[in-house]
Amino acid sequence: MEKTWNNKAWFMVLPVLVLVAFSAVIPLMTVVNYSVQDTFGNNQFFWAGTSWFSDVLESDRFWDALTRNLAFSAIILAIEIPLGILIALNMPKKGLGVPVCLVLMSLPLLIPWNVVGTIWQVFGRVDIGLLGYTLAALGINYNYVNNVFDAWVTLIVMDVWHWTSLVVLLCYAGLVSIPDAYYQAAKIDGASRWSVFRYIQLPKMKRVLLIAFLLRFMDSFMIYTEPFVVTGGGPGNSTTFLSIDLVKMAIGQFDLGPAAALSLIYFLIILLLSWIFYTVMTNSDAKT
Amino acid sequence: MARIDLDHIRHAYGPNPTSPSDYSLKEVHHEWNDGGAYALLGPSGCGKTTLLNIISGLLQPSEGRILFDGKDVTNLSTQERNIAQVFQFPVIYDTMTVYDNLAFPLRNRRVPETEVDRRVKEILEMIGLSDRAKKKAQGLTADQKQKISLGRGLVRSDVSAILFDEPLTVIDPHMKWVLRSQLKRLHRQFGFTMVYVTHDQTEALTFADKVVVMYDGEIVQIGTPAELFERPKHTFVGYFIGSPGMNVLPARIDGSSVDLDGEKIALSFAPKFTAGAKTELGIRPEFIRIGREGMPVTVSKVEDIGRQKIVRASFAGQPIAIVLHEDGEIPAEPRISFDPAAINIYADSWRVADSLPAGGEA
Repeated sequence: MEKTWNNKAWFMVLPVLVLVAFSAVIPLMTVVNYSVQDTFGNNQFFWAGTSWFSDVLESDRFWDALTRNLAFSAIILAIEIPLGILIALNMPKKGLGVPVCLVLMSLPLLIPWNVVGTIWQVFGRVDIGLLGYTLAALGINYNYVNNVFDAWVTLIVMDVWHWTSLVVLLCYAGLVSIPDAYYQAAKIDGASRWSVFRYIQLPKMKRVLLIAFLLRFMDSFMIYTEPFVVTGGGPGNSTTFLSIDLVKMAIGQFDLGPAAALSLIYFLIILLLSWIFYTVMTNSDAKT
Repeated sequence: MARIDLDHIRHAYGPNPTSPSDYSLKEVHHEWNDGGAYALLGPSGCGKTTLLNIISGLLQPSEGRILFDGKDVTNLSTQERNIAQVFQFPVIYDTMTVYDNLAFPLRNRRVPETEVDRRVKEILEMIGLSDRAKKKAQGLTADQKQKISLGRGLVRSDVSAILFDEPLTVIDPHMKWVLRSQLKRLHRQFGFTMVYVTHDQTEALTFADKVVVMYDGEIVQIGTPAELFERPKHTFVGYFIGSPGMNVLPARIDGSSVDLDGEKIALSFAPKFTAGAKTELGIRPEFIRIGREGMPVTVSKVEDIGRQKIVRASFAGQPIAIVLHEDGEIPAEPRISFDPAAINIYADSWRVADSLPAGGEA
């Protein structure tokens, strides 16, 4: 077939190009620009080469924050994935219980992140918070403001409360798509409850679980709002994640060079991990 | 292997059934022989699968009891009943190999591994998947998957009965025939009690010694293929079995004389039925002779289906089908006559007994 050439077509894609340029390309390149230059004010810039990058990579501050990020993601995944599966397995399959459970499950997901932070910030306060006050009344010494362990527990419980529902909903969708015949066949074959889970339910949930895992990893790795609202990165630097550190560096200290270098490194880490997960997912799909 | 007694079984899916129409399965009271091959035949929604699931224990009947060899199993689970069942759509365990899929029912029952290996290899041979034994079951085609499902049903040698719920729906026609003959051979070899649900009459008639015809939640007739063909107990059986089905004509009956809208036929007996019943005459298309003798008929269409011709005609104001040999001629002014031995009389759709040996349990 003869192709029609018409250069006017470029005008059609122009709005998108402009939009992408202003929303992504130009800001990103500005950051790249900052990351390789230094300034002493007066809008005078000097070439700094890779010194900001090596500064960041050599600093304990960066590695500590990265370790916190990885630890946080690992812990919440280790809790939310099994817990989500467990809840999904026990949710009703029919009747009035279904809509009730689904709505209850969706509620935490509908709350804006900074509101979630505020809720837990208040909830955990020893003087007026329901949780903090109750724990104190029970004689448990709990204070997320000055105890590192308590701060971490609070953040983890908050994230579990906020996001387990997502895993539950995805798993539930996977579970209800399994035809009854599978369960009937398993009964006939004399399969135990564990076998039913291991050989029917888990394989059928595999794909949604990968998606849940990916989403939860990415989100938790980029966590900012909730710890910022609840602990502000403290006590000390104990809950200062990369994102919080980045904001401190860029806006608090106005160290644009290192902050730009850090954000590029942060971006590349997320990109790399996304790529790894994407490859894992597509590989397991190709085998099916 | 077991004799199966269905003792006054009824089933309703909804709670508190009151009228007969609330029951998906109306009263079933039958005894099925040990080692028999039964086919449950009927249109979709007639209660075949319900009855099957009641036998296997996946469903508890609302009323009645089930006995295996005289032992009441109504409250026993599927596993305790020791039943094998094959479903309409393939059920396989994706993450297992073909071999492990077949071994699964045996291993769950702690059968020694040497015995497992022997049985599984035998079944693999039978379903023709020996070369894929070590492959993951996931990548197989639909009919290979269904063969695995079939195999899992057949792998246990000690089952009370094997139930099949339209197992060959997803299999292509040639393979259907092969698998059906294998099932048949297996049945002869091991004498399993087999119950086979289908809506395909060819499948039912070739598989089973006894065909159980169901209609609207009821068993209307249990009989050999020949009985179903020659002496349908209910007009539905006449219509459902055979291709084309039996001609059922409204008839006025007076003593031993039948009046088909003016055309009179004399019967060899006088049917007895309650007064006021709707009476009909049933005659299979195969038993109508077309020629120059008999009652006048208007031919509207002739379908040539190879070895036979099906003549569609109008007789006494009713459409009628006649089967004609492929060389058969239709004269200019065709007339038809009925083979007297092949005439069945129905009152309110149920067959009225005659002096001839009756079919089934009539």
